[in-house]
Amino acid sequence: MSTATTTSLETHLGERLAAGRKLLLPYVTAGITDDWVDLVEAIIDAGADAVEIGIPFSDPAMDGTTIQEASVVALERGMTPAQALTDLRGREHGAPLIAMTYYNLVFRYGHERFASDAAAAGVRATILPDLPMELAGDWAEAASAEGIENILLAAPVTSDTRLEKVVANTAGFVYVVSTMGTTGERSEVDDAATVLATRVKALGTKPAIVGFGISGPETAVAASRVADGVIVASALMRKVLDGASVAEAASFVADMRAALDAAYS
Amino acid sequence: MTQTEPLLEPGDSFPESASPTHMGLPDEAGFFGEFGGRFVGEPLIGACQELEAAFLDAWADPAFRTEFIDVLRDYGGRPSPLTECVNLSEELGLRLLLKREDLNHTGSHKINNVIGQALLAKRMGKTRLIAETGAGQHGVATATAAALLGMSCVVYMGEVDMDRQALNVFRMRLMGAEVVPAMSGSRTLKDAVNEAMRAWVGEVTDTHYCLGSVMGPHPYPWMVRTFHEIIGTEARQQVEALTGGLPDVAVACVGGGSNAAGLFAGFADDPTVRLVGAEPAGGAAAGRGVPAIVHGMKSYFMQDEVGQILEAESISAGLDYPGLGPEHSHMARNKRAEYHPVTDEQVIESFQLLSRREGIIPALESAHAIAWVVQEKEQLAGKTVLVNLSGRGDKDVRQVQQILDGQSGHVGAE
Ligand SMILES: Cc1ncc(COP(=O)(O)O)c(C=O)c1O
Repeated sequence: MSTATTTSLETHLGERLAAGRKLLLPYVTAGITDDWVDLVEAIIDAGADAVEIGIPFSDPAMDGTTIQEASVVALERGMTPAQALTDLRGREHGAPLIAMTYYNLVFRYGHERFASDAAAAGVRATILPDLPMELAGDWAEAASAEGIENILLAAPVTSDTRLEKVVANTAGFVYVVSTMGTTGERSEVDDAATVLATRVKALGTKPAIVGFGISGPETAVAASRVADGVIVASALMRKVLDGASVAEAASFVADMRAALDAAYS
Repeated sequence: MTQTEPLLEPGDSFPESASPTHMGLPDEAGFFGEFGGRFVGEPLIGACQELEAAFLDAWADPAFRTEFIDVLRDYGGRPSPLTECVNLSEELGLRLLLKREDLNHTGSHKINNVIGQALLAKRMGKTRLIAETGAGQHGVATATAAALLGMSCVVYMGEVDMDRQALNVFRMRLMGAEVVPAMSGSRTLKDAVNEAMRAWVGEVTDTHYCLGSVMGPHPYPWMVRTFHEIIGTEARQQVEALTGGLPDVAVACVGGGSNAAGLFAGFADDPTVRLVGAEPAGGAAAGRGVPAIVHGMKSYFMQDEVGQILEAESISAGLDYPGLGPEHSHMARNKRAEYHPVTDEQVIESFQLLSRREGIIPALESAHAIAWVVQEKEQLAGKTVLVNLSGRGDKDVRQVQQILDGQSGHVGAE
């Protein structure tokens, strides 16, 4: 167990926020390329505050075409949950990792075993979008025993009473789903994202981070006005799928970092 | 011999479910025992809650039930007859009765559920229906209901299935529906479900997702079964009127499991009635599956050792699904129902057998149920066997012709 020696994701993000910066959380599909772990390291060096590791699933029902394609590529290359965690283990990561996948893979792996293998790989939190709050109790408990936080999603249609419970029950941060749709790049961030981030911020101190539709520096800056930062997934994976090198992908992250820092500090 | 006494006269009230216990209500979170639930992303939680509330409200409203039953009768052609297969009964050495869902408008049982959901959607103020489809029967039924009720309609269908079931694609378009190919994964029913769920998220305010089987997040498995209970309720009365008793066995094919659930509901509380689901050997979720969480529910699915969902492989597009509804998983687990695989070859033989002996061309899906009866004729000798003939085979004749002509190397692939 690594709980005692490592700060939680929420604490880590809180410290960064206290230093006056907006948060940048890029997403990488495990196994999208041979050197995907190098990619994770490079984008941490380029200014990521934490990295989401997407463990590919056969039926990613909340994902748009880019993450679907990235998942197919990774699965065809033989990526599995155990392999993803093994690849990450034994490397020093300069930032906390967040495992993002669909619940069936964690269920099949076994809650306790997944939590312990994930913790050993540097994973500090999980995002399981198809495991809603009322069904997440067992997993959250097993995760927490290994010092792993379970992050819950809030959507524009989430009611006020439900949002209160989401904010109370999430750990790490509140994942603000920017739009009623699947993951994917959009040229503008939905106003709904700002409205939702405002509602979340009014309910407490947990960081509110916007995901879905962040396509680059401009949308990252726009989405962070009220929110504490952004998640960028499809835009980054699109570049990698189109053949971007580790350095090129990292420089895209560096551009977003620079834009956020220029706009907000 | 056909049972012709009408069960539903104009003005009749909806028959009460014969079976309140075994196939009763799911628990508050939508579980049947260990299976079911509502495993969807936060953006869809509200829509599922709204649907559950609307369904509860509508089902408690006699006016809604009357409208439902009126449309099923005057438009859908209910009650569907019960046919005694004189020739095949003699040949197989048992008493074979068919519940003729193939004679419904649009050619299958699917219309029962679709009329229910479309009326509900209208009551909820929705103006659009979206649906997934495998064989195209559910898509055709949804397009039909949309045309009838003046709603717009988009149907997601695996690209492979659009080719296998080109006639149904044309039917849907003829009735004004848009058919969108699902291009991801195996490009069959499982992927059409993913596409429909993805689309629904962006359209929940004006759109109802008309799910085609007893699967998906709560309340769908329960709601869809409830709309299909009319199959079992009618069949029970018809068998009693014809034979003076209950059948020994009730058999239905199982894809997601809606026609089976509707049939079983009529007999689930009668311990003497054996309930049998016939699954395609290449998609035997209850037989070979392990619990998984996908498509909004926990149920048996065919999956690899780490939990990636496998692609089913069946000659019939409508059964080409690697899982089945959660209530079936529950009944398989507690042994109230049994689920057995039959092969594509057996299905082709039964398809021809029923056509030749009885002059009834079954859907390839329904031929699975016949195939199980043929396979088990020795142990079924002398018994009364009720088969749900879930659909007619018009949509399948081209495919079967190609197979029989030997133009297709592997049955099922085109
Ligand atoms: C005639 C027929 N029977 C059965 C099925 C399978 O569905 P279910 O298992 O939900 O009854 C289909 C699906 O397309 C069908 O068209």
